[in-house]
Amino acid sequence: MRAVNQPVRKKDAMSLVTGKPVYMDDVINHENCLIVKVLRSPHANAIVESVQKAAAEKVPGIEAIYTWEDVPGQRFTMAGQTYPEPSPYDRLILDRHVRYIGDPVAIVAGDSEKAVDKALKILKVNYQVLEPLLDFRAAKDNKILVHPEDSWKSLCPVGADNQRNLCASGESGDGDIEAVLADCDIVVENTYHTKACQQAMMETFRTYCSIDAYGRLNVLSSTQIVFHVRRILSNALGIPKSMIRVAKPRIGGGFGAKQSVVAEVFPAFVTWMTKKPSRMIYTRRESQIASSPRHEMEVSVRIGAMKDGRIRGIDVYTLSNTGAYGEHGPTTVGLSGHKSIPLYGTPEAHRFRYDVVYTNVMSAGAYRGYGATQGIFAVESAVNELAAKLNMDPVVLREKNMVREGQIMPAYYGEKTNSCALDRCVERAKQMIGWDNKYPCRDMGNGKVRSVGMAMAMQGSGISGVDVGSATIKMNEEGYYTMIIGAADMGTGCDTILAQMAAECLDCPVDAITVFGADTDASPYDSGSYASSTTYVTGKAVEKACEKLREKILAKGAELLNCGPGEAEFDGERVFCAATGDSVDLKTIGTSAMNGNRTALEVTETNSSPVSPPPFMCGMAEIEQDKETGQVELVDYVAVVDCGTVVNPNLARVQTEGGIAQGIGMALFENIQYSDKGHLFENTLMQYKIPTRLDVGKIRVEFESSYEPTGPFGAKSIGEIVINTPSPAIAQAVYNATGHWFRELPITAEKIAMALADD
Amino acid sequence: MKVTVTVNGRKIQEEIDADLLLIDFLRNHGCMSVKRGCDTSNCGLCTVMLDGKPVLSCSVLTARADGHKVETLEGLQAEAEEFGAFIADQGAEQCGFCNPGFMMNALALFRENPEPDVEEIKEYLAGNLCRCSGYEGQLRGILNFLAWKKEGRP
Repeated sequence: MRAVNQPVRKKDAMSLVTGKPVYMDDVINHENCLIVKVLRSPHANAIVESVQKAAAEKVPGIEAIYTWEDVPGQRFTMAGQTYPEPSPYDRLILDRHVRYIGDPVAIVAGDSEKAVDKALKILKVNYQVLEPLLDFRAAKDNKILVHPEDSWKSLCPVGADNQRNLCASGESGDGDIEAVLADCDIVVENTYHTKACQQAMMETFRTYCSIDAYGRLNVLSSTQIVFHVRRILSNALGIPKSMIRVAKPRIGGGFGAKQSVVAEVFPAFVTWMTKKPSRMIYTRRESQIASSPRHEMEVSVRIGAMKDGRIRGIDVYTLSNTGAYGEHGPTTVGLSGHKSIPLYGTPEAHRFRYDVVYTNVMSAGAYRGYGATQGIFAVESAVNELAAKLNMDPVVLREKNMVREGQIMPAYYGEKTNSCALDRCVERAKQMIGWDNKYPCRDMGNGKVRSVGMAMAMQGSGISGVDVGSATIKMNEEGYYTMIIGAADMGTGCDTILAQMAAECLDCPVDAITVFGADTDASPYDSGSYASSTTYVTGKAVEKACEKLREKILAKGAELLNCGPGEAEFDGERVFCAATGDSVDLKTIGTSAMNGNRTALEVTETNSSPVSPPPFMCGMAEIEQDKETGQVELVDYVAVVDCGTVVNPNLARVQTEGGIAQGIGMALFENIQYSDKGHLFENTLMQYKIPTRLDVGKIRVEFESSYEPTGPFGAKSIGEIVINTPSPAIAQAVYNATGHWFRELPITAEKIAMALADD
Repeated sequence: MKVTVTVNGRKIQEEIDADLLLIDFLRNHGCMSVKRGCDTSNCGLCTVMLDGKPVLSCSVLTARADGHKVETLEGLQAEAEEFGAFIADQGAEQCGFCNPGFMMNALALFRENPEPDVEEIKEYLAGNLCRCSGYEGQLRGILNFLAWKKEGRP
């Protein structure tokens, strides 16, 4: 293939490395643009009794101050999901009942930051302070209700009940799990706890709004989901979707954070009310305390096996903490079971049960891995603990049980693995790290121990039967192409890899494809870039659209050659007439299509997939454990990934390296701790420690490709799976070095040192 | 107060508020490459050169730049293109938001130490956070660039 599977430079690469103004706050007109900020609740659970705003309104430069009395009263969700959203409608733009420290109480808009800051200081709020519900283990059926209101609404049958603090609840399974476990030689049972980690993309949440020449609300936002934002703003503001246009510029990272509406509603409301342009830029502190992080989960696993290592049953119960609001609560939890249990092909029975509860902490959202990360930490750790109990090499235990190509996965909606190179991934990772020489550990003789650990992972490729991807491709004069998409390149490179696919289909250079997106007025409908969907779902739409455009080009060329379309051929540069040997080039075809033409050289195709083929991978970590201080140093991390056909080896590699670095942060550093009043301590990057380049060791990535028949050119997804292996692999390496299992993340040096001190 | 700051070779005289941070002064003057990532001097995104030395412009008052020279990536486009091409060839720019600060600090490193080893590179750039790349691609790009430089192909 000449374009697919090539390490093509990202189309926007040179603009980005030279610092060109391409992000939201770089491209807007700052003149006469209102600054929007919100006053945030200092209480985790309270009723706003009154807001005295007269004095604040008198601050020079203040345009408007809004409170709960000024906003529409119909509830909505800020989750970027296909309608009807599984996430409950539990939000208002401003609510009288504030439910976590940071919940907005008032919106202030003014012509300068100083004026707005001053007004925020002067605003006086009287609260009726209520007892907060902070322990998610005690949330279900607690007497404190996070959402007691009658207007709370769940659109889908997800087992939600606001009178029980339940955002979702459910159970699925196959076989008689209790009978199988009772019949096993050994059952490992443990509970694992992961925190509400922050995506911490470098560009915080931000949105600019203005009114266009038609009186419509124009929204320029750093978002992964332009079409969902249009619907959510329509719901929030109570205005027709036809009055809203949403576009995205370059995005400074998303990782799922921007799959929820976070900043958008506030400037949208201000601009709609004042008809003046406005912008809101979250500070890092706001991004840390009032955004859309990972769901905190406590995952209990029971795995039953025989002495020979055959795994016969897996039982998973997940308790997920959605916080004050339910964004992505009902769906993230599903992946904690559906994308961990199917890693194993041998079980005769499995069961997966879950509860998702409301509490008075920041609402969670979507973060790369989306529940699979939490579930895989638990299940892979439990399998590693099983290996230790069986006194068996964990790689050997995997070899006996892992899912293989052609198997049906009962815990994955009964889908069959049409493409699965997991066995090759494990084998290659083992060779790369030198597992047989290094497992389990080597004492370095200086108080330090070097040890290894491993984990497998899977994810999906889009949401089966739900996600929609579309592409418009058109030929222009001079024979170059414009591709218009609704998917969102957030640094991932989808503009480029989709252009590679188009170039492959159209037999042209990647540079001959210009890419535009995403804009709800111009782009064909796409549910957006999340759920590892863009390469797989939108990619197939590109392939379909380009095939049809080829036919149109052929027909137009044949017409110019006075030749039947059946007798003509198109090689990407010219259309030939087989009979006469005459030909016409693309430039002529494109130009003639703008003169007396009746056939649009333009095609829009839409795609959705009934299946979501999982990518698979294996990660192995080598650490150096300081037995005195507890310090863990990453020495080497190898990852071998089966993402089907690798569309762009450079970008897939960097996705993998980046995901592993985030996973290392989650495993070792990134903590979320609340005070007994519900105040979040890790509220800046000073406290919330994401890895620096000194913290990640050496990361080495290889690919073991399978061919996914339903994917474009055999491709599956890559974006999310890569964050899933570090936590369980590092936890096992720490066990191999210290003899202690750490079942709560992050595994800080302090925790390890305290455990070793107790030995 | 009135300050005179030379930004990318252009002298700017202006009346400013005493609390105006250098990052905001620079963005007000069109240097949109200068990015704010954290407010707490942790991320390195706002790195600019003050008299040739890298500083975090979110933590420097504009008043302190009075009478001094400031360079941003807008003023170093040729160098940025030359070195940046090696980052682009790895796909390591990713979302790009941290790139300007990273580029500034890397260029500062190359000026101070034209042939740094891997440890020196990692240490010098430790204050430049990147959430996308995992840093490996940036390191490959830097090493390829240094090798290319050493081969004497300016």
